[in-house]
Amino acid sequence: MTTTATPPPPAPVAVPAAGPDAAHLPVRIRSRWAGYTTTARYITLFALVCMFLLPVYVLLITAFKDLAQVSPSRMWEWPDSLSLDTYRTVWPKLQDGFRNSLAMAIPAALISSFLGAANGFVLSKWRFPGADIVFPLILFGMFIPYQAILIPMRQAMSDLHLLGGLNGLILAHVIYGLPITTLIFRSYFTSISDELIDAAQVDGAGMIRTFLFVALPIAVPAFAVSVIWQFTSAWNDFLFGLVLTNPDHWPVTVALNNVAGGQVVPYHEAMAAALLASIPTLLVYILMGRFFMRGLMAGALKG
Amino acid sequence: MPVPPDVPAVTTAPGATVAAATQEPSGVELVNVTKRFKGGVEAVKDVSLSVRPGEFVALVGPSGCGKSTVLRMIAGLEEVSAGRIRIGVRDVTTDLPQHRDVAMVFQSYALYPRMSVRRNLGFGLRMRRTEKAERNRRVAEVADVLGLEHLLERRPGALSGGQRQRVAMGRAIVREPRVFLMDEPLSNLDAKLRVSMRAQLSLLHKRLGVTTVYVTHDQVEAMTLGQRVAVLRDGVLQQFDTPQRLFRYPVNLFVAAFIGSPSMNFVQARVTDSSVSFSGTRIPLPAGSPLAGTDRSVILGVRPTAFTAGSANGWPTLQVVPEVVEELGDERYVIFDVDAPRVDTEETRAAVDAEAADDALLLPEDRARFTVRLPTDPPIDVGQPVSLALNPNRLYFFDPESGATLGPTPEQGSGEQ
Repeated sequence: MTTTATPPPPAPVAVPAAGPDAAHLPVRIRSRWAGYTTTARYITLFALVCMFLLPVYVLLITAFKDLAQVSPSRMWEWPDSLSLDTYRTVWPKLQDGFRNSLAMAIPAALISSFLGAANGFVLSKWRFPGADIVFPLILFGMFIPYQAILIPMRQAMSDLHLLGGLNGLILAHVIYGLPITTLIFRSYFTSISDELIDAAQVDGAGMIRTFLFVALPIAVPAFAVSVIWQFTSAWNDFLFGLVLTNPDHWPVTVALNNVAGGQVVPYHEAMAAALLASIPTLLVYILMGRFFMRGLMAGALKG
Repeated sequence: MPVPPDVPAVTTAPGATVAAATQEPSGVELVNVTKRFKGGVEAVKDVSLSVRPGEFVALVGPSGCGKSTVLRMIAGLEEVSAGRIRIGVRDVTTDLPQHRDVAMVFQSYALYPRMSVRRNLGFGLRMRRTEKAERNRRVAEVADVLGLEHLLERRPGALSGGQRQRVAMGRAIVREPRVFLMDEPLSNLDAKLRVSMRAQLSLLHKRLGVTTVYVTHDQVEAMTLGQRVAVLRDGVLQQFDTPQRLFRYPVNLFVAAFIGSPSMNFVQARVTDSSVSFSGTRIPLPAGSPLAGTDRSVILGVRPTAFTAGSANGWPTLQVVPEVVEELGDERYVIFDVDAPRVDTEETRAAVDAEAADDALLLPEDRARFTVRLPTDPPIDVGQPVSLALNPNRLYFFDPESGATLGPTPEQGSGEQ
């Protein structure tokens, strides 16, 4: 800006009229361009939000249309009537898969989180010789693609007589989830003071009671992160669900695929089914999300 | 002065029945205990120490001297590399912490954040499967003694620092253990509260009579609290004695420099025949000094309180020019230079936790600097020469090589101090 070297004129400074309100106005330090930059920022953000929400918009409106209205050329158009019929027709096809998925994802998330908490506790607060070798080995599990172990996994489940039912699927998800849950809890427990564990020991608690009574109650945020993560990945899994279970125990992802499959894709039904299938994960995020954020920040900010 | 709200109510209930230890106090004995950490660092070297039943012992030393490690080994949180630890008559060297029947107060308090104060206090009893009625009675009793009744349902996060400290203390007391272990429990409090808590701790120990091992880096805290004080340096036990005897008869330069505030003044000096001299001052050796008749260089130590203004009792006098006068109300510290080489050994540096040239900027000349405590009576001005009389019976001599004390040992020490 043009700040010249000449001494400023004495009187005419643009002070707002010193009325009774003026005294209470907050004094803000801000750039001269603040007004424009803020507007520009919001316009940009709004445009990006619209872009990211486009698929959701299409999903929502298509789910309310009937078959006659569904066509790629009229994709963006608003439905003629808001009809819930599609949901009614699609729900019976999803129902069983939905129930199976709940019966599988909830235990899988809880068990793998609990075991991950135990792992993380032992690896960070109750160190044993060789812990530094065991931890990277556990982490290594994260990098094994599903496809690589699909056939041996099916064979192993078959040998364990767990093939076909949900228990085998739960076991698969628990084991596959352990690396990430172990990592989550180990990082979390590392940020917790060692003196707390020492205090519990002196107070008379052994390893298991220190874990259950002292460490686990503190780890609620980590538990939330872990449960959200595990529930989402177990719920969204398609491959294990298809390969390890029989049609009676197919999870919702497989049922969803069957809705969308066939000669003609009934887009409105597929969209409605997808929307229904995504509700549980959304609920988990909404219910546990505030712990999720806190849990992610906990390690970084130290309490 | 208004009483700080955090001061516990111990004093207000003089007649109240206090949670007295139900069991006979036990002593703690360390026999040649050594701790070697992975990587070869020896944190504690061959420490032998015997704490009598019911005694309050303070472990003191500069940071990194191994005092906390000693405490953690007594608690069982750290394994010993060599040596034995006994509590009472039992050898607990290989026992788990939960089987040693000790209670510990941590520097960070280590309160269980998801439990109420009541459950924090009762946790140790719960873990030991104490009956619920008994547990409640003891928690209530301790809460009463420490003035925590109204806080019992709160979580630690909702307490002030002083309140947390009392809960940490209560958690140890309620267990009625054989030994209390305290790891700098007052260091997180502000200065005023620390002083008042110090007195409360002393009082509490008198009432409970439980053997206590107290770790601190603050020699004032150690001297005021400990019935006996163990001074550690680099993992080696230097001296273990009562506060008075530590002060009067330090075994070496380190203990002499570490104990006392302001610390002892040191100067390079020379003993010839029956006198010691530095910067042109000649002081006769005390009668019966083993140094008499020798001719050698020594480090001379003088407590700041060994001086009086003017000339008294025919004591030798020093002519000095005060450089700094610190007024403290009813006394003053007078700081002046002495025309003699400054003593800067490993021992004196360790005692003040200083690195080699830390204060070189402030002390550009390589001359000894003395601090003297005087009454406020005769006014003293900076730059105006004064004469100070020095009590010749209160001199300390140290070997410049080894740092060991020469001259009066406790047995020979004259009683005139």
